Amino acid sequence: MKVVLKNLTKIFPSRSKKAGEEVVAVNNFNFEIPDGKLIGLLGPSGCGKSTTLYMISGLQKPSSGQIFFGEEDVTELSTENRGIGLVFQNYALYPHMTVKQNILFPLQNLRGKDKMSKEAMLERAYEAARLVQIEELMERKPSELSGGQQQRVAIARALVKMPQVLLLDEPLSNLDARLRLQTREEIRRIQKETKITTIFVTHDQEEAMSISDMIVVMKLGVVQQIGAPQDVYDNPANLFVAKFLGTPPINVFEGCVKEGKLYIGDDCVMDVAGAEDQEVYVGVRPEGFVVDENGPMHCVPTNLEVMGRDVSVVATHAASVNPQVRSIINSDINVRSCMESGEIRYTLKSHKTFVFNKETEERVYFEVK
Amino acid sequence: MVESKHQWKAWLYLAPAIVLLLVFTVWPIINTVRLAFLDGYNSLANVGGQTFTFGVKNFLDVVNSTDFFKCLKNTMLLCVLTVPISTLLALLIAVALNSIKPLQKVLQTIFFLPYVTNSIAIGMVFAAMFNIIGTPHIERLIQSKGIVNNIIEAFGGTHINWINQGSEYWANIVVMVFYIVWNALPFKILVLLGGLQSINKQYYDAAKVDSTPRWRVFSKITVPLLSPMIAYVVITGFIGGFKEYTSIVGVFGAKMGPAHDPGRLNTIVGMIYDALPQSNYGYASAAALILFGIIFVVTMINMQVSKKRVHY
Repeated sequence: MKVVLKNLTKIFPSRSKKAGEEVVAVNNFNFEIPDGKLIGLLGPSGCGKSTTLYMISGLQKPSSGQIFFGEEDVTELSTENRGIGLVFQNYALYPHMTVKQNILFPLQNLRGKDKMSKEAMLERAYEAARLVQIEELMERKPSELSGGQQQRVAIARALVKMPQVLLLDEPLSNLDARLRLQTREEIRRIQKETKITTIFVTHDQEEAMSISDMIVVMKLGVVQQIGAPQDVYDNPANLFVAKFLGTPPINVFEGCVKEGKLYIGDDCVMDVAGAEDQEVYVGVRPEGFVVDENGPMHCVPTNLEVMGRDVSVVATHAASVNPQVRSIINSDINVRSCMESGEIRYTLKSHKTFVFNKETEERVYFEVK
Repeated sequence: MVESKHQWKAWLYLAPAIVLLLVFTVWPIINTVRLAFLDGYNSLANVGGQTFTFGVKNFLDVVNSTDFFKCLKNTMLLCVLTVPISTLLALLIAVALNSIKPLQKVLQTIFFLPYVTNSIAIGMVFAAMFNIIGTPHIERLIQSKGIVNNIIEAFGGTHINWINQGSEYWANIVVMVFYIVWNALPFKILVLLGGLQSINKQYYDAAKVDSTPRWRVFSKITVPLLSPMIAYVVITGFIGGFKEYTSIVGVFGAKMGPAHDPGRLNTIVGMIYDALPQSNYGYASAAALILFGIIFVVTMINMQVSKKRVHY
C-alpha cells in the first residue's frame, strides 16, 4: 500500500502565551511513498522526523495537510482504525505478559468479522515469531530478554496483524554497535519477505543509507532531499545534506568561482564552466582527493591514520572551515615522503566535489570538462 | 561504609529514636506477651502484692467469652465488605481522575479532603445523616429523619431506622460500611492515582495502535500494571479493617451499638479497650495477641495470593 503525504504540517503551540513562538515541527511535507518500499526518515534531533512518523500512525494529529493510505484519506481516521504496525523506540512491550501473550495481544483485539479462533491466532503468532526468529523465547517475559530480542518481539507484535504500513521509531537506538549491524540487516530481510511498506526514523545516516530504498533528509521540519541513498550521497542538493551524509564527513572549504575557475583559498583547483562568479563553499568527500605531486591543492599533513586497506591523511588547509582536512586514499600510494616534506598536493575528483552558494547554501551546478 | 572510628557518632544520632522506641514500643510489646501468659493478671491485684503463675488461662478466657466471637464476627464482616468495595471504587475513581485534564488537581484535592478530617468528626456527621430525632417507630413523634431517609422518601421509599433504638443489625452494618468505605477512599485513590501516573504512556499508545477496546485496556493493561499498588492497598486495607474501632465510636458513641443493644457492633480492638478500665491487663494482652495472630495470618494469605497475581 502506498502512503501519500500532502502538504503535511504540524505546528506545536507555544507553551506560554507571552514567551516564545509556536514551533513548526513539520513544514509542508509532500511525498508519495511507493508500495512495498523501505523508507528512512533521516535528520538530526528536532528535525520533525518522529513527528512525521507519529502523524502517519495517527497518534498525533496534523495541523494541516492530508495523509492517504492508497487512495483512502486517513487524515481523520483514529490510530485504532488505520491498521498500522508501530515499533516504539523503547519497544513498549507489555512487561506483565510473556512474549507469546504480547504477540497474541493485537489478534485478540480483533472483533466482528475479523475475529479469529484460538488455533488460528496461535498459528499466526508463531508465524510472526518464526519470521523474526524468536520461537524459542515465547514463554519468557520481556525483562528476561536482551535488547535485540526485545526489539524482535516488538517487530513480531507489529507484524502479526499483517499491517498495511509498518512504522519504526529509531528501532536500533537502544542496541549496541554489533547488534545494530545485525538487526538492521534483519529489518531489511523481514521487510523484503513481507513486502510491507515500511517507514523508519533514524538520526544515524549510515543506518538509513545501508538499508533504505529511499531516504528523506529533513532539517528543522523541512524536507531537504528525497532519493535513493546513493543518489543523495552522490548528488546532495545543499550543504546540509552534503554534511549530514557520509562518514567520515565531507570536508568543507571557503572559496569562490571566478571567471570559470574554482578557487579554494588561493588554490585554483578546477575549471567550472557554467557557474556564475560568486562566493562559495566547496565540499570535497574524503575519497575525492587524489595524491598528485603537481596537484593544484596544497595541504599541510599533520597525521596519518592507517586502517588496513585505506590510509587516512589528516591535514590542514587555510581555507578549510573545519580544523582538519581528512582524505582517504589507497594504502598502496606512498605518502610517507609527503609527511616528511611537510606538504601534500592533491587534485580533486570532480564528481566528489560539490559547490554551494555561500549565502543560500544551495548547490551550484557546473559542467565538468 | 562508615569507618569504625566514626561509628559512635552514628549511634549518638540514632540514640534518641532508639531510646524512645525501646521504652514506648519494644518494651510494651514484650510486656504484652509477658502479661498475656500470666494467668489472670490484674494490675490492681499486682500492686496489691498478688503474684501470678505462668499459663494460658487468659487466652482461654478470651476465646470462651461470648463477646469475643461477636466482636470477631463484626470485625470480619466489616473487613470483608469494606475492603473490596473501597478498593474497587477507589480504582474506578482514580482511573477516571487520571483520564481528565481540566480540574484534575482541584478534584484530586477534594477527594483527598476526608483524609485530613478527624474520623470522630466524620462519624458525627454520618450519625446526623442517618439519625432519627424523635421516636423512630411512631410516625407522629418523629421530628427529623435525617438526610438519607429524606432522600429515600423523596424517591418513594419508606424510611429506615438506621441507627436508633430498635434498629436492626443489617441497617447498622450498612451505615458502618458506608462510613468506612467513604473514610478509606482518599488514601486508596491517592496511592492508585500515583501508580497510574507512573505507568509509561507508551503502553497506551501501543494499545491504541493495536486497536485495543477500552475495557481490555483497563483489564489487560491498567490493572496488571497497577497490581503492586492494588496489592498494597488491599493488604493495608485489611490490616486497618481488623483494627476498626474509632469509626464505630464516631457513629454510635462509646456504647458501640444502638441504644437498645449496646456493644452490638463492638470490635476486637473495642473489646481490648473495654478490659482496660477493669485493670484486666492479662485478658486485654491475650486478646491483642490473638488479633495480631489473625492479622498476621490474613496478611500472609494476602501476600501469597498477590504473589500469583502481582506482575513483575
